[in-house]
Amino acid sequence: MAEKLVYMDNNATTPLHPEVKKTMTDAMELFGNPSSLHSFGRQARQHVEEARDKVASFIGASPEELMFVGSGSEANNTVLNALTCQRQQCEYRNHRSNEIITTTIEHPCVLETSKCLQEKGVRVSYLEVDEHGKIDTEQLRDWIAERTGLVSVMMANNEIGTIQDIGTIAEIVHEGGALFHSDAVQAVGKIPVDVRKLGVDFLTLSAHKIYGPKGIGALYVKKGAPFCPLIRGGHQERGRRAGTENTLGIIGFGKAIEMRTLEMDEEEERLLELKATLRKGIEESIPDVRFVGHPVDCLPGTLNVSFDGAEGEAIILYLDLEGIAVSTGSACATGSLDPSHVILATGLPAECAHSSIRISLGRENTTEDVEYVIDKLPRVIGKLRDMSTMYGRRLA
Amino acid sequence: MSETGWAYSDKVKEHFMDPKNVLRDEEGFQDDGKGVTGNIQCGDEMIFLIKVDNERGIITDCKWKTFGCASAIASASVLSEIVKGMKLDDAYNLSAKDITRELGGLPEHKIHCSVLGDKALRMAINDYYIRNGMEDRVRREEERVVCTCMDVTDQEIEHAVLEGVRTFYELQERTKAGTGCGECQEEVTQLLQAYKEKHFHI
Repeated sequence: MAEKLVYMDNNATTPLHPEVKKTMTDAMELFGNPSSLHSFGRQARQHVEEARDKVASFIGASPEELMFVGSGSEANNTVLNALTCQRQQCEYRNHRSNEIITTTIEHPCVLETSKCLQEKGVRVSYLEVDEHGKIDTEQLRDWIAERTGLVSVMMANNEIGTIQDIGTIAEIVHEGGALFHSDAVQAVGKIPVDVRKLGVDFLTLSAHKIYGPKGIGALYVKKGAPFCPLIRGGHQERGRRAGTENTLGIIGFGKAIEMRTLEMDEEEERLLELKATLRKGIEESIPDVRFVGHPVDCLPGTLNVSFDGAEGEAIILYLDLEGIAVSTGSACATGSLDPSHVILATGLPAECAHSSIRISLGRENTTEDVEYVIDKLPRVIGKLRDMSTMYGRRLA
Repeated sequence: MSETGWAYSDKVKEHFMDPKNVLRDEEGFQDDGKGVTGNIQCGDEMIFLIKVDNERGIITDCKWKTFGCASAIASASVLSEIVKGMKLDDAYNLSAKDITRELGGLPEHKIHCSVLGDKALRMAINDYYIRNGMEDRVRREEERVVCTCMDVTDQEIEHAVLEGVRTFYELQERTKAGTGCGECQEEVTQLLQAYKEKHFHI
């Protein structure tokens, strides 16, 4: 058993905020179907709408522009899949939609769906990123054309934390006459996000990245933007997402957002400080490291670092034995052997992608946690480099 | 929080935490045969060195190094223990399956990582034969191009299966095999099935 347990994988998911847990525990008594007309149903409905108000106002939207869905992935799938709807009455029938533009560093739920759309005849173009993970807005301006129906660019990257200039991108997209979607799962609740100021048409949110429950996300759909449901067969969410509402999840989401309203600004400062300490500690104790991601426009708690010659999964598992939870950019440990598409997109070679780990700090992390990691990490990297063919002594 | 089961078997954990026979540069190990293999795209590379008793044809000592994940490290470590004292022929015939069994099993998508060790070992044995004027004993694992349009070999198909490919469609996506004229499709399908059976009994 390790001396200490340190969870630094907050971009994967977060522990429930104690206040959220309390609110959800109480809410377990509410079993009514929000669609029912009787008092049980009305009570549940009231809680759902209160949560909707909180989440909507947090991002500067009005409540009727916000629909609850099962996850961030569902929200992204909903927006992208709408483009190929062939129904006569679909709002998308009149929308030019045979081409979309996205980026090479999106979450797999966007990339895989895009691939699927390509097979259905949609033309998909992928914007490349620079060494810090930023897209080139001029390339977007060049690419956007009469036939471009939708542009989808994530707000903050889950692996390297780089934040895109969403406001500028939205402007370019609208000048080109297309719709704009941003996957803001990693951004909302960590950095200020205002849909009106940014000018997005669709925005994806998720609860479990910000100390809320799993299994609940939301999609902002700007008033007047065309919409086509992914899940049909019910009047819930104003006919935009069929299925009985996840009342408990929605209430938890609302509370998580409420707590973000109170804690986000202060926490942003604190995480930036912790991250700076961690970065300095790593730089001072371990040679041949590379930090990946934008030096300034980066999520406050995200630090992606590559250690020459040490393999990512092995680093993760040695750290796990010390009680430290972080993750690899590469999905190696989770089934695929391919190196991280995000790290590769920044132009680093495959061996760097295989040597990188993502440390993502959250509200529960302390200075002691950071010191513990700085204390354990050098030995782990040293041990792996000692047995590595890729460090120091190159292959003859 | 209670201690939950680890990602891999106890045996893998044991060898991962305390790997045996790692090559240390400072020790100046004098090898009689050396094998290097790996593919950086998959994030692994392995070097395996052997010392041989010429009289008896037995591996007396061995060392290795790897840039690889926990499974690759544990596989190399366990292999290095098995081959000491083993006849060259027997060592040559060791398969990834033998190593996996010794480790108490590996997750399906990690079988690929255990192949590195035995492949590097076979290369080291062949290297020993070459260095000692016994070229006639070198066994070659010849690659054969199956899909001539896309230049895909049987080994590439085997590699893809080890990496998790299960269907013809997935194989095409990864290797482009059979996407040209299509003439090899039947043979590719047969090979796919054969490698699935060989490595995963499916």
